[in-house]
Amino acid sequence: MNQYDAIVIGAGHNGLTNGAYLAKAGLKVAVLERNPYIGGATVSRELHKGWWYSNCSYVSSLLRPEITRDLELPRHGLQVVSFGGGATFMRNGDYFGNYSDHDRHYRELARHSKRDANAYDRYAADTSLQTKLIRPYLLRTPPDPTSMRPRDLRDLLEFARSFMDLGEEKLLDTIKFWTASVGDYLNEYFETDVIKAHMAGSGIIGTALGVYSPGTAYVLLHHYMGDVDGNVGAWGFARGGMGAIADALSKAFQSYGGEIVCDANVDEIIVKNGLAAGVALKDGKEYRAPIVVSNLDPKRTFLDITNPSDLPKDVVKKARNFKIRGSSGKLNIALDGLPIFNGMDPRNRLMAGDLHFSDSLERQERAYDDWKAGTWSKDPYLDMMIPSLTDPTMAPPGKHMMSVFVQYAPPKVEGREWTDEDKDGFEKSVIDQISNYSPNFRDLILHCETRTPREIEAEVGLTEGNIFMGELTFDQLLFNRPFPGYAQYRTPIKGMYMCSSGTHPGGGVMAAPGANAAREILADLKKPNTVPGGYADD
Amino acid sequence: MSDVSRDTMLLTTPFHSRVEAMCNINDWGNWMGFTTPNAYFDVELEYFAIRSTTGVFDLSPMNKYRVTGTDAQRYLDRLITRDVSKIGVNRVGYAIWCDDNGQVMDDGTIFHLGEQDYRICSYQRADDWLAWNTLGFDVTIENESDTVAGLAVQGPTSCTVLTLLGCTDLNQLKPFGIAHYTFEGLPMMVSRTGFTGDLGYEVWVPPESAEALWDQLFELGRDYLIKPIGSHALELARIEAGFLQANVDFMPAEEVVRVGRTRSPFELGLGWLVDFNKPLFNGRSALLREQEKGSRYRFAMLDVQGNKPAEHSFILKGKKQVGTVTSAAWCPTAKANIAYAQIEMPHGAVGDELVAEIYYQRELHWTRLLAPCKVIDAPIFKSPKRWQTPAPPH
Amino acid sequence: MTDYDAVIIGAGHNALVCAGYLTKAGKTVLVVDGRPDPGGCASTREFSPGFRVSDCAQWLSQFDQSIVKDLNLIGNGLRLGQPKSTISLQPDSDHLTLEGDTISGAGVDSADQAAYQDFKKMVRSFAKLMSTLYRSRPPKLVEQNWTDRMTLMKLGLGLKLLGREHLRDLMRIVMINIYDVMNEHFSNSALKSTIALDAVTGTNMGPRSPNTVYSYLHRATGEHLAQTGTTQVIGGMGALGQSLASAAEKFGTTLQLGTSVSAITKTDNRVTGITLDSGEKISAKIVISSADPTTTFRDLLGYDQMEAGVAKRVEHYRSRSGTAKLHLALSALPDFTGLAADQLSQRLVITPSMDGMEQALNPMKYRELSTLHTFDISIPTIEDPGLAPSGHHVLSAIVHYVPFEPDIGWEKGKPQLLNQLMSELEVYAPSIGDLVMASELIVPSDLEASHGMTGGNWHHGELSIDQALMMRPFPGSTQYATACEGLYLCGAGAHPGGGLQGLPGRNAAKEILKRGVL
Repeated sequence: MNQYDAIVIGAGHNGLTNGAYLAKAGLKVAVLERNPYIGGATVSRELHKGWWYSNCSYVSSLLRPEITRDLELPRHGLQVVSFGGGATFMRNGDYFGNYSDHDRHYRELARHSKRDANAYDRYAADTSLQTKLIRPYLLRTPPDPTSMRPRDLRDLLEFARSFMDLGEEKLLDTIKFWTASVGDYLNEYFETDVIKAHMAGSGIIGTALGVYSPGTAYVLLHHYMGDVDGNVGAWGFARGGMGAIADALSKAFQSYGGEIVCDANVDEIIVKNGLAAGVALKDGKEYRAPIVVSNLDPKRTFLDITNPSDLPKDVVKKARNFKIRGSSGKLNIALDGLPIFNGMDPRNRLMAGDLHFSDSLERQERAYDDWKAGTWSKDPYLDMMIPSLTDPTMAPPGKHMMSVFVQYAPPKVEGREWTDEDKDGFEKSVIDQISNYSPNFRDLILHCETRTPREIEAEVGLTEGNIFMGELTFDQLLFNRPFPGYAQYRTPIKGMYMCSSGTHPGGGVMAAPGANAAREILADLKKPNTVPGGYADD
Repeated sequence: MSDVSRDTMLLTTPFHSRVEAMCNINDWGNWMGFTTPNAYFDVELEYFAIRSTTGVFDLSPMNKYRVTGTDAQRYLDRLITRDVSKIGVNRVGYAIWCDDNGQVMDDGTIFHLGEQDYRICSYQRADDWLAWNTLGFDVTIENESDTVAGLAVQGPTSCTVLTLLGCTDLNQLKPFGIAHYTFEGLPMMVSRTGFTGDLGYEVWVPPESAEALWDQLFELGRDYLIKPIGSHALELARIEAGFLQANVDFMPAEEVVRVGRTRSPFELGLGWLVDFNKPLFNGRSALLREQEKGSRYRFAMLDVQGNKPAEHSFILKGKKQVGTVTSAAWCPTAKANIAYAQIEMPHGAVGDELVAEIYYQRELHWTRLLAPCKVIDAPIFKSPKRWQTPAPPH
Repeated sequence: MTDYDAVIIGAGHNALVCAGYLTKAGKTVLVVDGRPDPGGCASTREFSPGFRVSDCAQWLSQFDQSIVKDLNLIGNGLRLGQPKSTISLQPDSDHLTLEGDTISGAGVDSADQAAYQDFKKMVRSFAKLMSTLYRSRPPKLVEQNWTDRMTLMKLGLGLKLLGREHLRDLMRIVMINIYDVMNEHFSNSALKSTIALDAVTGTNMGPRSPNTVYSYLHRATGEHLAQTGTTQVIGGMGALGQSLASAAEKFGTTLQLGTSVSAITKTDNRVTGITLDSGEKISAKIVISSADPTTTFRDLLGYDQMEAGVAKRVEHYRSRSGTAKLHLALSALPDFTGLAADQLSQRLVITPSMDGMEQALNPMKYRELSTLHTFDISIPTIEDPGLAPSGHHVLSAIVHYVPFEPDIGWEKGKPQLLNQLMSELEVYAPSIGDLVMASELIVPSDLEASHGMTGGNWHHGELSIDQALMMRPFPGSTQYATACEGLYLCGAGAHPGGGLQGLPGRNAAKEILKRGVL
C-alpha cells in the first residue's frame, strides 16, 4: 500500500514545484510521471549522440525568480544564462537586428526608419506599463469576481485600485491594449513592416490567433512579463537545456523528502464519498493520499483521469469547451556547423538570439490563414534559436544545436489525424523556408526531430499539442482560467486540485501555477504558508 | 565581415579626431549613442575656462530638425507653448513642448532661419512626435542631426576669438540672435546662445568643416586661453546658471512608465513659457485646467547650507518628506551650494525654509546630514556679460 | 448672439433624433446635410428608372422604441413591415428557418432546437443588461461623477441579477469569438453560420475573430430596444429619415439639405460654428457632428485645429469595412429553389459554413476579391410594391467580404465581382439572371463617397471592444463631448455605435441638455 499525504500527477515543472512546496511544508509527497523521464515539456533529451535537445520549451524568462531563489534552484544546479538579440531576415536580402544594447538597437531601428527608432522608446514605455500591471498577479491566486468572500472582495478591490490609479485615459488605453490585436497595437507605433513583424511574433507564439486577431496584444505581454536577473522582458537559456530546470526542481523536491515515480501512468483519480482518495495506475497499482493534484491540462484532468460521475455536469461541460487548440510544431536539428543567413557573418552576435524570416504582418497573417483552413503554414512564422552559441553543453565543440519553433500547425489536418506524410510536408515547408535564406543550411543537417501537435500530444501529453495547456485568450485568463468558478486551483472534488499551466497565470515555464496551487492546498490544510509572494515591482 | 567586432561601438562626432587628441585624461561618456568626453584635463579648470576665458564644447550629438513649408510657423505654434510669431527671423527662442496632457516632453531651442524656415534643436530625439504633429499642416521635417555639427564656444573671451575667426561685427549680435558667415567657403552659422549663463555662442557648420574649424579656433584662441570642456564642467555651469536638463530634472513625458512621474511646465518653473493668448497648442486645455486647479509640484532652486552637494537628497519640511533633489552642485563662482528640487505643493514657495537630507561618504564612512536650505527666486549665477550688446571684449 | 443654439452636421437618423430631442426641449437647431434627402444611411434611392431601394441599411431591428414614442414617429408617417423570420438557404434546398425562438429545417435535431432556446435565453439576458448601458451615457471609470456612478450601479445590479453562473458565462464569452460559442452550443453547421452572420454583419471580422460575441450581442439588444423584430420600413429606409425629419421640423428644427458643410469653424480655441460649401458661415453655441469621427475631426475640423494627440487618436481609429451592397431590378419575382412565394418576403441569408466564412474573409485582408460570399437578402417589393413598377421587384443584398479597394482597382474589379455574386446567387435561384433588368453593386469606397462614411464602414468605425462603450470613439472624446471645446458627437461613431438604433443621437441630446451648454 502506497500511502502519502499528497500525490501530484505529472512531473513537469509545475508538478515538481507544487510537490516541492508541499514536501517543504512537511507533507509526504509523491510525484507520478507517465514517461520514463521527468520534465514534461521542460526537458532536455539526447536524441542524437552528443546533441541535447530542449525539444519542447526552449527558452526561459518567465520562471519566477521568487521560486528559483526560494527553492534554491541554483544550488541544485540551475543556471539561467541571458542571450542577447535576435534578427528577422528579409526577403530582399537585408535583415533587421534586435540588439540588447539600447544605442546599437536605436541605430539598427534607425537604419530602417528614424521615426520608428524614436517611437520604440514610447512603445517600450507603454508596454512596460502593462507588464507592471500584470506582474504583481503572477504569484497570486486570482480573485473570484462573483464571490462575496472577504478575501476575494479585498483582492478585487486592490486589483481595481491598481487600474483606477492609472487615471481615466491610461485606464481606457489599458483596456484597449488588453482587447486589441498585436497588429493594430504595433501600427500605433511603427511604420516599417519588418520591425512590426519582428515584434509581432511574441503576440502569436503558441496561440490559435493571427496578428490581426483581437487579444493578441495580451499574448505579446505574456512574453514580455518575464525577466532574467531583474531585466524585465529579457530571455535566457537554462544551461544544459530546459531539462536543467526540471532537474533542479526535482532535486529541490527530493531534498525535502519528496519521491518521484516514473513510468507511473495514471488511469483514474480515486474518489471516495466525494473526497479524493488517491490514484489508480493503468498497471493496476494504487497510490493513496487525501490530496491529489493534477498537473495535467484541464481536459485531461477532468475528461480522462476523473470519472465523470464524480463531477458536476457543468464542470464536464466546461472542460469539454475548454479551448486548447494546438497551433505550433517544432523542429530540433543537429547541425554540423553554423548556417549563413542572408550573408550575415555567423560570428555576429545576433545569431545567438531568436531568428525569424517573416518580414511583414501580412506574411504572418497568411500563415494563420493556413492554420484556419486546417493545414500547416506554407510560409510559417519561425522562432529559431541556436542555443549552442550560448551554452557549450548542447552540442559537441564546433557543432550546433538548433531549435525551430514553428507557427502554425493545426491539431488536426483538414479535420483528420496527422499522418507521417503530413509530418514530412510540415518539415519540408520549414526546411524550405530556412534554405531560402541560407544556401548552406541543408548540407549542415545531421539529424532532425520533427514534432507536430500529434507528437507533442503523444509524448508530452499536451492535449492537441497546445504549449500553454489552454489558449491565452480572455475567456481563459485570470479568474476565467481554466474556467470561471474554478480558477483558485480547487476542483469540485474535495482534496483534488489543479496546478498545471492550464490554471492562472498560464503557460511558459513560470512555475507560478504550481506554487500558487500549493499555497491554496496548504491553506486548506490549515498549514502555515511557505510559498513566496511576488517581489514588489517598482 | 570586419563589422562583427566593431559592430556595437558608440558613434563619433565630426570633431572626434580633435576631441580625442585633446582628451588627456581619457574619460569618456555616452551621449545619445556618441562617444563624448566627460572631461578633457580637469573638470574644475575646464569649468573656470567657461567663466573666465573660453570653453569649447562639442554639441554635435544634439538633435536638430529642420522645419520648412508654408505652415512651418503655424506648425511650431501648435507644437510649443510659447508664441512663435514673437521669434523674429535670425532669432532663437528657448521653448518647451508638451503632450496633450500638458506634460513636458522636452525643451529645446527654436532657430528662426528664414521665411517659414526653422530649426528645432533638442536634447531628446523627437522624430516620431514631430511627424505626428505634421498631420494637417503643409510642412516638412528633416532630421539634420547628422548634417549639422556644432560647437558651443562660451566664456568672456569667446566673442573675441570668434571675431578673429572671421565673424565680423559679432559683438553687435544680441543675445538669442543669429549671424551667418562662411568658413572656408562653406556656410557657418553663429547664434548667441548657450547653456552656461555666460557670454557665449554656438557655432553650426557642415560636418566637412568640423576639423578645420576646431583647429583654427584653438589656434586663434590660444592667447585668449581657449580650452575644451567636457560634460562634467558644463553640468556645473548649467546648474549654476539655472538651466534644466531632460532625463535629469524632468522625465520626457512619452518615456515615462510610472503614473504621476511626468511634470507640467508650471511644475518645472517654466510657466513663463506658456502663452494662453496665442493659437491652440498641445497641452493647452490641460494646462488651463491645471492653472485653475493648481499644480501637484513646484520646481524650487535651493540654496543649501554647508558645502556638501545635496545630490539625490530628500527634502523635508519639518519631519515630513516633501520633495527630492534632481540636480545639485557646489557652484565654484557663486560659491554657493545649489540644488534643484521637485517639491510637493503647497511647499517650496520662494523663501520657504526646508531641510535637505544629505548622505555623503568620506573614506567609506557614510554621514547623514540635515542641511537647512532656502528656496531662492533666481539662478545664483548671473553674468551681466550674457546680456550686454555690444559684447564685452573679455 | 449666435445664429442657432446648435448646428448639427449631417441629417442621418442620429442627427435627426438628436435635433428632435433638442428642439423639443426648446432649443434652436439647424441640421445641415449635403445629400438632398434626410436620413443619411436610412435612405431610399432610385437606382434604375422606376426601381427604388434602401441603398444602405435595409433592415430595421434595433431602433429604440422610446424615440419612436418621444418624437411621435408614427404620427409622422413611419410605417413598419411585418417582423421577418430568417431563412438560411441551403444548397440542398432543405432551408433553415429561424422564427422567434424556434428553428426548423436543414436537419436541425431536437438537441440543437433545445440548445437554441437556451442560447436565446442567455443572449436575451445579456442583451438586456447591455441595453441598459446603451440607453445611458457611457460611464467614465475614474473621473466619475454621480451620473456615471448611477449607471455603474445599475449595471452592477444587473450583473448581480444575472446570477452567478450567467455572470461567469458573460465574463467568459464577452471578449471571445462567435465561432467558439457556436461550437459550444450547436452541432448543425448551417445554424452556426447563420447565427455567426449576425455577429459579423457590418464589420470586417470573421467568426473566429475575438470580439464577435460582443458584436452579436450588439445586434441582440434590438430585442429590448426596438421590440419590432427584424423588419423593413414601408417606403424604404428613406421613409424613416422622412418621418424623423418631419418630427424634428415640427418641433422647430431647421433643415437645410443639399448643402454641404465644408468646415467646422473655431474662434479663440473653441468651436463656434460651421462654414458651408457656399462660404456662408453659421454660428452656434455648439456644433454637433453626426459624421463619422474621421470625417469630423480630420476633414471638417482639420488636424491643425486640435492638439496633436487627438489627431493621433483619429488616425488610429479603425474604419475598415468589408461590406458591399447588391441591388437588382427584377422583371418578376425570382424563384428560389425550395422556397414558397410567401417565404420570399422574409429575410433570406446565404452563408457558407463558419470556416467557409473565414475563407471568404481572407482575400479581403490582402485587397483581393473573394470567390465566396455571404448574402443577407431582402425583396422589399413583396410587402411594399410601390418601390418598383407593378409586377416588378427589387432584390437588395448585403454582401460580405469585399475590400475597400482591390489591388486590381474597382473598374476591373466590379464587373468581376458582380459576375461572381450572380453565380453564387444562381446556386439558390437558378434563373434569377434572366430576370435582371438592371443591377448595381455598391462597394465600400462607393459608400464612402455617397454617404460620407470613412472607409465605407456602416458603424462609423469598427465595432470591436477596443473602440466600443466608454472607449468610443477614442479616449478623451467620450460621453458625446470631444477634446475640442464646443464640438459634440451624435453619430454612430459615438456610444453605443451603429445599427440604426437612434441611441447615439438620443443620448447625445440628453447629455448636451444635461450639461446646460445651450
